[in-house]
Amino acid sequence: MTFTQTMRGDGTAVTTASDIVLDVDGLSVEYASAGAPVRACTDVTFQLRRGEILGVVGESGSGKSTLITALTRLQRPPAVTTSGRIVFHPQSGRPGIDLVQLKPRALRSLRWTSLSIVLQSAMDALNPVMRVGEQFVDVLRVHDRSMSRTAAWAEARRLLGLVGISADRARSYPHELSGGMRQRATIALALACRPELVVMDEPTTAVDVVMQRQILAQVLRLRREFDFAVVFVTHDLSLLLELADRIAVMYAGRIVELASAQDLYRTPMHPYTRGLRDSFPPLHAPLERLEGIPGTPPDLRALPSGCPFAPRCPAVMERCHEHLPLLTPRGDRSVACHLHDEELVR
Amino acid sequence: MNEPVLEAVDVAKHFAVANSVGDSSVVRAVEGASIRLEPGRITAVVGESGSGKTTLARLLARFYEPTSGQIRLDGVTVAGDGIRRSTVPKSYRKAVQLIFQDPFGSLNPLHRVRHNLERAVRLHHGRLGRTEVDRRMASLLERVSLTPASDYLDKFPHELSGGQRQRVVIARALAVEPRVLLGDEPISMLDVSIRLEMLNLLDKLRREDGLALLYITHDIASARYLCDDIVVMYAGQMVEAGPKDAVISDPQHPYTKLLVESSPDPHRTTATDRDDIFGAADELGEPPSLIDPPPGCRFHPRCPFAMEKCRTTPPPRAQLADGRWADCWLHDEGRADELTHATMTERITRKLTEEPR
Repeated sequence: MTFTQTMRGDGTAVTTASDIVLDVDGLSVEYASAGAPVRACTDVTFQLRRGEILGVVGESGSGKSTLITALTRLQRPPAVTTSGRIVFHPQSGRPGIDLVQLKPRALRSLRWTSLSIVLQSAMDALNPVMRVGEQFVDVLRVHDRSMSRTAAWAEARRLLGLVGISADRARSYPHELSGGMRQRATIALALACRPELVVMDEPTTAVDVVMQRQILAQVLRLRREFDFAVVFVTHDLSLLLELADRIAVMYAGRIVELASAQDLYRTPMHPYTRGLRDSFPPLHAPLERLEGIPGTPPDLRALPSGCPFAPRCPAVMERCHEHLPLLTPRGDRSVACHLHDEELVR
Repeated sequence: MNEPVLEAVDVAKHFAVANSVGDSSVVRAVEGASIRLEPGRITAVVGESGSGKTTLARLLARFYEPTSGQIRLDGVTVAGDGIRRSTVPKSYRKAVQLIFQDPFGSLNPLHRVRHNLERAVRLHHGRLGRTEVDRRMASLLERVSLTPASDYLDKFPHELSGGQRQRVVIARALAVEPRVLLGDEPISMLDVSIRLEMLNLLDKLRREDGLALLYITHDIASARYLCDDIVVMYAGQMVEAGPKDAVISDPQHPYTKLLVESSPDPHRTTATDRDDIFGAADELGEPPSLIDPPPGCRFHPRCPFAMEKCRTTPPPRAQLADGRWADCWLHDEGRADELTHATMTERITRKLTEEPR
């Protein structure tokens, strides 16, 4: 897939190379185990546009957490990236950098300044025996040796202020902050060195809906200010439909559908996407009985041949049990389902 | 109104905590909470973490004895106010069962499903023959849609998926033939696609067996899907209650309104623009400490409607139509219609810009 391939009807290019901040191509991650290795991510391909929020949604075992650790090179054995490229395109116009091949030293210089991560549990992401402000100072001064401690503390207070934490809390320890404040502090920390890409792994799962709304409103405001792109991973499709520009739906380690939030909600093409959308009862619309998706997600160690969703699929056909559908572009979206095979659509 | 099978009347639960230097203080986890559970009805308790909803469920299950107030089963006071019992009688356990949030932690991992179920059946039904125990276990698994039962009885918990485990937990609770089920966030740890099956199962139990159900959740949309009535808790107190659709579509307490507006609703018809949806929600404040809760109304530090008396005097309970009520001074002042005029996030933001801290 090349960058300029996606064309709109009017002939103008929607994406060009400089619009893309991250280009993931054919990424596969395996976990070595006693038997055959388990593939947690298979052939994951997507492009992240500059300043975009890309949602990644999936259930447990769908490979979304594996994808995050692979993208940020935070994976630990037994996880191994077996194939694929993750090309990061810096704003400066320098050539793309393949994160998969990058030496640890070069990778370190990219962390925080170009690429940062917000983890699910803020308590685990912050050092419990260091003042919150000190952790900002640490990050800031590692990446800008010329910065004085005083300047770094001032910057720490400013960054905390951006997420609504008053300056006098900079000298607090993490346990002295509420859960919501801690999570906002990790978001401010992730933005400390102005990265172009922030990966967020269920950043609001541990907080309440009111705090969730508050945190996400701040993320959106900061994104307007600093113009970074976000990969936002969660199991909560209802939230992504409101938050993300585009959404990738993962099932059994593969992206099964990738579309704009609006298209995904209005016209889901994959039966799994449709089932997931209809698993969220409405808050205001008239209630009707909903069924969810029967069955359980597959065991990655014993995937069925053909489509992994076939055993649960309401629209299953014969070919689904034999041939694995691949993610195929359909206009400005992609789907991996035999229902949209050329000869059937025609 | 039907007779409640289980009832809490004005219960409070305080916990003593000590900090690292040994100073002790009191956490007021629940105060002044009253709830009635009727046969065949599902009541939802919604609120943020720390609002006291789990403590309320545990008070009703009698894991905790109330600090004050009473728990009544079939109209008979069984706990609180002068009654001091160190053990809870088996008859209470037989009537009231609790389903926990974490299906991974609530089944003994060393034993098969058969053992986990059989203990509950034998403990509560006396001497039963082998065939009768087997028959009962099979019918229990059937009721929670784990069929054929023989496929599941000899499995260990780790061999089951999260949804299947939660079904076993529910089957075990049903083994004693309870009249009340208390569900403490029973679906929040399950995958999204199987949550609905669990909600439909709870609904079936209510319809077929006339169980009284308490459904505790932070997910107001699932509460609306399953329950009949909603009780909203904030900072250890109940602030509003009533029929679900009335409470959600027309909140009569500012906190309920904030909660409803903050919940994601992909099916919303208005405001499809992201900045409209999240827009103003930048600074909504945080719930207060329960060690030293604010005087007056506990929501007043975050409330854009707060008046002078909200800061000093707890609001009276305003009784509204259809058995609804709300604890808010706006009703006393005749200003309740202001709740419908603008969204809470807009109001809170406006208030913050008008009077900078």
